[in-house]
Amino acid sequence: MKALLHIAVRSAWNRRGTLALVGLSIALATLLLLSLERMRTDIRQSFSQSVSGTDLIVGARTGAVQLMLYSVFHIGGATNNVRMASIEAIARHPAVSWIVPISLGDSHHGYPVLGTTPEYFTRFLYGDRQPLVLAQGRAFAGTLDGLYDAVLGAEVADALGYKLGQPITLTHGAGGPMSPEHADKPFTVVGILARTGTPVDRTVHVGLAAIEAIHLDWTGGAPMPGMHIAPGDARKFDLAPKQVTAALVGLKSRVAVFRVQRFVAEFDGEPLLAVLPGVALDELWDVVGIGERALLGMSALVAVVSLAGLVAVVLAGLNERRRELAVLRAVGAGPRHVLALLATEGALVTLVGALAGALAAAIGVALAGPWVQSRFGIALQLSAPTGTQWALLGAVLLAGMLASLVPGWRAYRLSLADGLSPRN
Amino acid sequence: MISIRDLRFRWPRAAADCVAIDALDIAAGQAVFLYGPSGCGKSTLLGLLAGVLVPQAGHVSVLGQDWAALGASRRDAARADHVGYIFQQFNLLPYLSVLDNVLLPCRFSALRARRAPAGAAQALLARVALPEALWAQPAAELSVGQQQRVAAARALIGTPEVVIADEPTSALDAALRDGFMDLLLGATRAAGSTLVFVSHDERLAERFDVQLSLPEVNRAAAR
Repeated sequence: MKALLHIAVRSAWNRRGTLALVGLSIALATLLLLSLERMRTDIRQSFSQSVSGTDLIVGARTGAVQLMLYSVFHIGGATNNVRMASIEAIARHPAVSWIVPISLGDSHHGYPVLGTTPEYFTRFLYGDRQPLVLAQGRAFAGTLDGLYDAVLGAEVADALGYKLGQPITLTHGAGGPMSPEHADKPFTVVGILARTGTPVDRTVHVGLAAIEAIHLDWTGGAPMPGMHIAPGDARKFDLAPKQVTAALVGLKSRVAVFRVQRFVAEFDGEPLLAVLPGVALDELWDVVGIGERALLGMSALVAVVSLAGLVAVVLAGLNERRRELAVLRAVGAGPRHVLALLATEGALVTLVGALAGALAAAIGVALAGPWVQSRFGIALQLSAPTGTQWALLGAVLLAGMLASLVPGWRAYRLSLADGLSPRN
Repeated sequence: MISIRDLRFRWPRAAADCVAIDALDIAAGQAVFLYGPSGCGKSTLLGLLAGVLVPQAGHVSVLGQDWAALGASRRDAARADHVGYIFQQFNLLPYLSVLDNVLLPCRFSALRARRAPAGAAQALLARVALPEALWAQPAAELSVGQQQRVAAARALIGTPEVVIADEPTSALDAALRDGFMDLLLGATRAAGSTLVFVSHDERLAERFDVQLSLPEVNRAAAR
């Protein structure tokens, strides 16, 4: 057997050009399968770490997934706002411990701006019930003096190179070349949060009153012509918010969660929705799962195609190797040795290809990880393969070995028919 | 050493027998010349002698052992142990070195490996007059004449009892052919092996102990 392995390696090395191409396609298929699985795992990890300690999220009536997406992940927008009066009514419910309203809609250099109350910094938890920590400076106080204070997520500060005291202006809407600026009312950075690996890192936090202040002289998404209120003068107006986008709700006891959820759903004043973050995430996975399975299916197909390429290449080369097989037969190799030789060759190419693909996947995570983290807020982890990754790698290897039996079997038949003199 | 009785062999899907030999005996240590035109069943007979092909009827025995009585893998093992084989051409695995090609039978047969002490391959290569500079070269870089001499060294490594040569000189010109014949016959005699040499070139016949005309022996070819 050792003799055969030696011969198989030397023979394959002799045809390394062609086999390297096949190995490359197997490597690419493996890379695709493994990185897809890595992204899938880490995206789920990132998403499920994004919010904890919040029992309910309340917003205007919409889909549970949509409410979750815009309130926590700042993806997409709300179709309707929630009246502040409704939020106050929910806050008065006996089972409710705390409620933190949030207001979205503006941005800064593409990063979403979140208007909220100072309580946000103590109530919002992520990961395993970890609180937000200020790396530098302080949270905004919610007073009129600190009306234009802003607290940055770690990624915003890093990417834009902002320090404490940096003046920033907000953009109306999600940003883009045509979006009007709130240039007349600049903010000052007073705090920078420690990195969390959640969407908080990519968020600019300001007071709810500040959101009101910068929109005082605006109507219908644009500055009112002929009207201008100076930043200082804004403090003279009533800055209590009339509407917010959503609210995070904490309960005195989790037992009451469905009672409060029903209370919100049946609220008289306006159509509202309350979702449990965990349940909404599960719904999200159901939606995302379809796409994931489609992608995984496509990658599996790519793997099948590259293995078919392997079989085709080894089979095509077989005819020119019939002399080689006859020589081996003459020195005492049996047809089963010939089968083993061809199958070993295919398995070797698969092994080398799959290992190269796994290596490339690890290198890819190491190189692209920081970029993905900053661009999408998803922490790709360079860690030992997950169970599913092992299974995928094993499946590629097993499929490669099984596929290699095809040319092996053909060679077996040929060497039986040929004996020592290949016949055409 | 070699004994054939009532042999009948027909290729699958062929209409008639390819080889039909009633009796043929070759004594140990003899150098036998089998000659005949192309298509008289020479290569098929050699396949039968080497135990790669099995007849539909009759017996082919080497060293007193009937090939047909052995299972397929026992036949392969016995061939590795007792038979050296030289092809017309393309004898060598192009991706192995000359030395590795010579040692190939020792990889498949523990007996041959035992009978070939360290340095045996080098001694054989020297015996067939292959320049030492070529020993480590890949076999693909050798000329046809050199390749045939390496093939002879491989057939003789570990002193198998039987050496079978299938027109080993047909790809060589006259000068090379005579040199090769000297080397092959000399080395085979030195090893004490029985040589079965097939050729259509009757000028070589006088160098052998026994000459057999295959069309006369093989009734299937004579018909």
